[in-house]
Amino acid sequence: MSASAKAFAVAGTEAIAAKGWLGAHKYLILRRISQAGFLGVFLLGPWFGLWIVKGNLTSSLTLDVLPLTDPLVLLQTFAAGHVPALTAILGAIIVAAIYAALGGRLYCSWVCPINPVTDLAHWLHMRLGLKKGWQPKRSTRYWVLAMVFVGSLATGTLAWELVNPVSMAHRAIIFGAGFAWMVVLAVFFFDLFVSRRGWCGHLCPVGAFYGLLNEKSVLRVSAANRSACDNCMDCFAVCPEAHVITPALRGTAGETPIITHRDCTACGRCIDVCSQDVFRFTHRFADRPARTDGPVEPLNAPTGAA
Amino acid sequence: MANARESQGLTRRRVLQDAARAAGGCAAAGLLLGLYAVEARELPAEALRPPGALPERDFLGACVRCGLCVRDCPYDTLSLAELGRDGAATGTPFFTARDVPCEMCDDIPCVAACPTGALDPGLQNIDDAQMGVAVLVDQEHCLNYLGLRCDVCYRVCPLVDEAITLERSHNTRTDSHAIFAPTVHADACTGCGKCEKSCVLPEAAIKVLPARLARAEAAEHYRLGWEEKEKAGAPLIGDLIDLPDRGFEPALKLPGAGGVQ
Repeated sequence: MSASAKAFAVAGTEAIAAKGWLGAHKYLILRRISQAGFLGVFLLGPWFGLWIVKGNLTSSLTLDVLPLTDPLVLLQTFAAGHVPALTAILGAIIVAAIYAALGGRLYCSWVCPINPVTDLAHWLHMRLGLKKGWQPKRSTRYWVLAMVFVGSLATGTLAWELVNPVSMAHRAIIFGAGFAWMVVLAVFFFDLFVSRRGWCGHLCPVGAFYGLLNEKSVLRVSAANRSACDNCMDCFAVCPEAHVITPALRGTAGETPIITHRDCTACGRCIDVCSQDVFRFTHRFADRPARTDGPVEPLNAPTGAA
Repeated sequence: MANARESQGLTRRRVLQDAARAAGGCAAAGLLLGLYAVEARELPAEALRPPGALPERDFLGACVRCGLCVRDCPYDTLSLAELGRDGAATGTPFFTARDVPCEMCDDIPCVAACPTGALDPGLQNIDDAQMGVAVLVDQEHCLNYLGLRCDVCYRVCPLVDEAITLERSHNTRTDSHAIFAPTVHADACTGCGKCEKSCVLPEAAIKVLPARLARAEAAEHYRLGWEEKEKAGAPLIGDLIDLPDRGFEPALKLPGAGGVQ
């Protein structure tokens, strides 16, 4: 077993000892419930005739009034040369506004049906003690995103939707799979054997797009209690975008403890596995400079980090 | 100072190299994706799009594959193409006439459900739908052509006597009966597929095909004399001029005809 595998194998054990198993898996369980819920609400119709939501993640109609459309898919139709009808545009604006306000990459960790697949791949990857493998730069996903638009423009089709594992997996479960499971399996094998955290963390253009919406959103994880950090490294071991932690956790007195990086998916796993309760969910304005008449906390000193 | 400049140059080179690598990788992947996209544009002849669907090329740039049309179809006619199983581009809606034809609802719920306009909301009357054109593809097996009175395709047609008529002709085999040939009139046919669905043969003699396969196209310069005559309200060349017949006079001299050299 390699060192990194050992590090993973023990990641969270101290937290379990300190907070109990449930306490050390709180957000993981909530996330799985959320993911199952977003899938389940679409399945209530076809399975039980309870039509709360119709359609799938690319576009849906809730309670026959609320249209929701994936903004990335809609932008592809624009790129393909089609000006969509108002319903879809309205739906995309609603979705984009909600994610931009709340947290762009909440989509990745709380909604996306591929997330449990790549999480499983990562779990197995670590259990097998496999090497990191191919690690393309994390910025590669933006190039892939650009490719999606150029491809749509050049072919006049929604290029990404021909292969998108995210929408394909969701649609497959709700409308019938055909061989779409092969695409999902390909992502699984890619993450398991080829590239640790490769798909969600480096390549997926859907995550890249929602990351762009994450720039100014409110919900944030903060290493608020970072002075209590005992350097166990468990948070780094479980974080799918480990580079986002460093500036917040290792920042000096003047720097914000809030994870402001757009790559953070707000999965809350770092909160779970920390036995010292360093992390917690907060909002981005928790970092506002304290008023001069109040007591000034060093951690909340004004910064330009946001 | 020189060192700093040198390392800056190295950093710049590194950045450019990384960018080139990412761009090159994505270009390679993108070309494959583009190839696949072009391949996926081909819609199999038996896969029919829902009413109001834009022309196939535009449709593939407009449909987001949400399946709302599928959900609002009261007859479960439509389904989303499954990857590797159905020929249509993955996730796009289609129907197969022989399985479940389109029932041509007056309120066209599938079009109303479409959020993007891939199914054109301009389609207000279902009789104007152009999902395909029925073609009697096999006269040798069609029972009506064999001289029987099957008539099923004619009777189930929602636009009976407009989209399909029975054209009577003499049955030369028996010499004492008639043949009632089911005849499709493409301008009226919506391509709903009810005829194909109900054809009594094990394999339908009448099939709905996409218009590109079902229809010929007259050359642009062709004019039908009788139509032009009707448009003009009179024969286009006016009264015929009756010229005197000539050519029999012995005086006519043609080269090489035995005249004076």
